[in-house]
Amino acid sequence: MPSPRYWREVPARYRLEAGRCVGCGAVVYPARRICPACRGQQFERLALSRRGTVVTSTVIHVAPTEFQMEAPYAMAVVETPEGARLMVQVADCEPNEVGPGMEVALEFRRIRKEGKSGILCYGHKAVPVR
Amino acid sequence: MAGIVGYGAFIPRHRIKAEEIARQWGKDAAAIRRGLLLEEKSVPGLDEDTITISVEAGRAALERAGIDPRLVGALYIGSESHPYAVKPSGTVVAEALGVGPEVHVADFEFACKAGTEAMFVALSVVESGRAEYAMGIGADTSQGAPNDALEYSASAGGAAYLFGKPHVLAEVVETYSYTTDTPDFWRREGEFYPRHTGRFTGEPAYFRHITAATKAILERTGLKPSDFRYAVFHMPNGKFPLSVGADLGFTKKQLETGWVVPTMGNTYSGSSPTGLAAILDVADPDDLILITSFGSGAGSDSFVLRATELLPERRGRAPTVRSMLEGPRRYLTYGQYANYREKILLNE
Repeated sequence: MPSPRYWREVPARYRLEAGRCVGCGAVVYPARRICPACRGQQFERLALSRRGTVVTSTVIHVAPTEFQMEAPYAMAVVETPEGARLMVQVADCEPNEVGPGMEVALEFRRIRKEGKSGILCYGHKAVPVR
Repeated sequence: MAGIVGYGAFIPRHRIKAEEIARQWGKDAAAIRRGLLLEEKSVPGLDEDTITISVEAGRAALERAGIDPRLVGALYIGSESHPYAVKPSGTVVAEALGVGPEVHVADFEFACKAGTEAMFVALSVVESGRAEYAMGIGADTSQGAPNDALEYSASAGGAAYLFGKPHVLAEVVETYSYTTDTPDFWRREGEFYPRHTGRFTGEPAYFRHITAATKAILERTGLKPSDFRYAVFHMPNGKFPLSVGADLGFTKKQLETGWVVPTMGNTYSGSSPTGLAAILDVADPDDLILITSFGSGAGSDSFVLRATELLPERRGRAPTVRSMLEGPRRYLTYGQYANYREKILLNE
């Protein structure tokens, strides 16, 4: 991902800022210009809670090159209390422990490095709440 | 009076036991446990670094303070493992915490005392009236060369302190700093692991600076060791802080609450600040607390703090240090540890 694109996504990636449709109240993450529920075009910013529940998950055994040293790892769709859903890696656990209904916290982590000399990209990952 | 209005710590969940490192190198684990008083240490995941630790600790500090992050006018991070050589850790941390953009940010380095250095400057900014609130963070993913004594202790974690004047959880009664040019431990630009001078890191470095700073702050405040409920000294291993504490007249009971090194390791810039967080997790109102850091090179910062009535009420808003040390952990083999610490070389 080129650095300028990553920079544009900082509010969503660093602070979990989502958009709440002023018309119908639907929460979308990341924020969009048009509401997928009512096609409204007015949104207010909303910081998501840093917790949620796993809706569905899978285990990645054959990872993209830059994530090879982390494999196997779990990826999950997590729903926050606001109703937003986000796809995140689940860290600090055995990947096959992860499944629907698992309560997770969203922690700030380094997501990837742009090669050996590029920028470091940060965001959130889920960790099981025990 | 200015003081700590919020604090927080973060310790990664991965651990490696001293036995596992000793097994790798054919060393006597019992002798290491006995000599260094170390059981295990925290290890950062492949996705954890000084920035991620600082954000989690900083969030906990803001939760305990209960303030709008935009009121934080200065943010300083002390570490000897800033992820970038050029580009501040503080810019990422400030954005993630929702601090700024009207904020003064700087990264500090002073070996293991960079954290208290950041705290010291943050406190000064608040005392001078230049900012309503200022945050000082000490965090590290410490480096220790394979098969070096440091490998048993160099760990990962950190603590954040938010300073302000209203609604203080612990007043800062006095501060003192003591610095000399002492080449006991260093890492040159571009080098991956630090070097140290073995036994020379003891008497002329650690003990001299901690003793001088602690004696001076006691003299300035007119306090004696028995006046304190708790004390914490920098923890390069388990033995040194107990030894310097005893030399200065502190009892094991005063030291054991902040003595987190046996199961956390030495988090370098995060070491004594995390020990202080463990103390604030249990201290009662009016308890006097002493913290003296040590950074190779070399220097010590001392703080005398007094807990307030607000501390017990606020501490429950974020996880305690002991809950992180004794909570869910993942034990690593040396092979996994080598991977997590990126000691395995791969083609680009």
